[in-house]
Amino acid sequence: MIAFAIRRLVQALGVMLVVALISFLMFRFVGDPVNQLVGVDTSPQEREALRQALGLNDPVLVQFSRFIQKAVLLDFGISYQFKQPVAALIASRLPATLELSFVSALFALVVGVPMGVYTGLYRNTFLARSFLSISLIGVSLPTFLIGILLIFVVSVNLGWLPSFGRGETVRIGGFWSTGLLTKSGLQSLILPSITLGLFQMTLIMRLVRGEMLEVLRTDYIKFARARGLSRRAINFGHALKNTLVPVITITGLQLGSIIAFAIITETVFQWPGMGLLFLQAVQNVDIPIMAAYLLLIAFLFVAINFIVDLAYVAVDPRIRLGGAAS
Amino acid sequence: MGSTAQAETLRFAFQGTLNALDPYSLNETFTLGMLGNVYEGLTKRDKDLKIIPGLAESWETVDPLTWRFKLREGVKFANGNDFNADDVIFSAERIRAETSDLKTRIPADSTWTKIDDYTVEVKLTSPNPILHYEWDTWYILDKEWAEAEGAVTPVSARDTNPGPAAFKANGTGPFAIDSHEPGVKTIFKPNESWWGTPEHNLTEVVFTPIAADGTRVAALLAGDVDLVDPVPVQDIPRVNADPNTEALTGPELRVIHLGFNQFRDELPTSDVKGKNPFRDVNVRKAFYQAIDIEAIKARVMRDLATPVPLLIANELFAHSGDFQRLPFDPDAAKQLLADAGYPDGFTVAMDCPNDRYVNDEAICQAVVSMLARIGVTVNLNAQPKAQYFAKVLAPGGYDTDFYLLGWTPGSFDSWNVITNLAGCRDETGKGGPFNLGGYCSEEVDALAAKIVVENDPATRDQLIKEAYTIMTNEVSHIPMHQQSLVWGKRKNIDIVQRPDNQVLFYWANVN
Repeated sequence: MIAFAIRRLVQALGVMLVVALISFLMFRFVGDPVNQLVGVDTSPQEREALRQALGLNDPVLVQFSRFIQKAVLLDFGISYQFKQPVAALIASRLPATLELSFVSALFALVVGVPMGVYTGLYRNTFLARSFLSISLIGVSLPTFLIGILLIFVVSVNLGWLPSFGRGETVRIGGFWSTGLLTKSGLQSLILPSITLGLFQMTLIMRLVRGEMLEVLRTDYIKFARARGLSRRAINFGHALKNTLVPVITITGLQLGSIIAFAIITETVFQWPGMGLLFLQAVQNVDIPIMAAYLLLIAFLFVAINFIVDLAYVAVDPRIRLGGAAS
Repeated sequence: MGSTAQAETLRFAFQGTLNALDPYSLNETFTLGMLGNVYEGLTKRDKDLKIIPGLAESWETVDPLTWRFKLREGVKFANGNDFNADDVIFSAERIRAETSDLKTRIPADSTWTKIDDYTVEVKLTSPNPILHYEWDTWYILDKEWAEAEGAVTPVSARDTNPGPAAFKANGTGPFAIDSHEPGVKTIFKPNESWWGTPEHNLTEVVFTPIAADGTRVAALLAGDVDLVDPVPVQDIPRVNADPNTEALTGPELRVIHLGFNQFRDELPTSDVKGKNPFRDVNVRKAFYQAIDIEAIKARVMRDLATPVPLLIANELFAHSGDFQRLPFDPDAAKQLLADAGYPDGFTVAMDCPNDRYVNDEAICQAVVSMLARIGVTVNLNAQPKAQYFAKVLAPGGYDTDFYLLGWTPGSFDSWNVITNLAGCRDETGKGGPFNLGGYCSEEVDALAAKIVVENDPATRDQLIKEAYTIMTNEVSHIPMHQQSLVWGKRKNIDIVQRPDNQVLFYWANVN
């Protein structure tokens, strides 16, 4: 087990390094950061001096190794545009993204599971068919379109909810800013969470529906029926319980992508999280932020996969044996 | 004015962010405009951009090389410190520091002396009639404050440990910064101890960046913000159709122009080998006459553009009325091409930004199709500004044969235009750094050298006119149009829209 974990850890580190290198090479094509840092009147000589001072004239590999050496110590340098340490900037934007992601995931679960159960139990009703049709829209429409549609219908035409931003925030423990404790903060959360969670919701709904249909056909459900248990006990006590295992796995795995793909939702709603920070960084060629963000997201995925791998091995020793044999 | 009983909040959203607060970090209109609500210069500009007294009450030129500024008395910084000559001298040193991005505001070799607490004398090494033209955005800092905060040198992009001045401000202006989260939100509150009489009735200004066009317009329509800049031209009808909102439009000083590579002996992107067709004035003229500027104005710009005959906005040069655009005439253009030896046209590539100016890429597409009508095949290369500028400016080796660029002279004066856009340059940009095509005329350069030291306004204007006449005759560039400003606002907001696109709350009122 320990040998397996170590091997996996080494592989994970390798993946991180490769992601970092590829992203670093990509930055050569996003443009010249110096142009974004100075005004139009700044002379070419001064631009050159700035480029030299920022180390942009060094070979890519030199820049890369410098970046890695510092990144190990969680020092990602200073943002070109904000003139602030990148680590602090990302940390200050982290709460916004995490709160949005968790609320979205929660929304996906709370709405997706009952809808899945319903469509599984009452397959041929009008409501079930409507749910399925709606879920198709959720899968096929791009996120930014859903966001803009929600803004125009709910904020502009109905005037019910704020169209952008995070509303009032409250600080907890000095560093965590939360919008969960204020009215405007909660109102601001609704539209972006729906936008971000819609795809996951559909996924969960269809997963639960499929699993329910599968389970309801099994023998133990038939026996339960024969024993004269109530419908309620059968459907929720026996059937639903057994469908939830894959749902939990998928939800856990999807959380990583929710955080990573919050970029679009954050842009549409001007949600001041890490995704918006990253997009602003791309527009302004703020390489320190881009590099740190990509590394963070890579770390997130690598960590989730690492934990999942270990969990599987703990559950099923055959994987460990297979791994050792290969 | 200024009833404090009722809270009048102005919520303002701009497409970009307000980054560091140090007023010498970035020479950019939006940043300087926002900081202009908090800081003040020795001079100010009024609603029509005329220079008026600011922190200096008056000034005189003792002789062509000596200027004397009488400072305003009784002015206090937001932290309560007094404003005096020491602050001006300190700011004059600070803005010329290595890390400042506004070094060009003050001649590097000028000497600044304090005559008394409220008089400052400037000694120049050569006459400079426009010395104070850009001083409305050279903001005066408090010496004691800067020293106490460790902000003696400007915050620069190369800093590894930025000073506190990046996030704090202490100016003499009508507003003070209450809180600042870079990229998220900045709150301004009126400076109660401001020396002037407020022309606004605001009690608070909340600034938020909203980058996405759709979201910004929606926020205005939903009533979540009161003022947005800019509104995309295609959304203007939507904003005007709403009973609570309207679009505020007006000409901007920025002039969009096209330029030709006249620097190289052969154009890398052209099928003409062994020579550079753009060195022939007939070819340049043919391009000019092939472009239907009125069609671009009507279709691409939806009438929100002012075609111009020069590289400078009409408002900024007294004699601009003496010049006229070459008429749109495709037949004449074809003839000119034939005269130049290209009866069947030729091929060339065009570089164009797609996120820098209003409808920049669409303008380039229109130009491409208009040139196709006279037989010239233009391969359009439109890309985001970050990549575009990396390619066409000096670090990219001025790698462009035909391009679109916009220019606003920081000083609102022609010398800036002539020297930056038409001054002869070398490969490294020494000379006219934004003369991407490398146009070069010794006569224009000689005139520019005279203009910069000529103190008599009438003679100076005459020299400027001569320079523009040469550039026009030689078709150094193709001037296109002044683009328009489009702000969106709630109808209960009154605000002055200055053509330099600075958003100044101190002229805003909530009704």
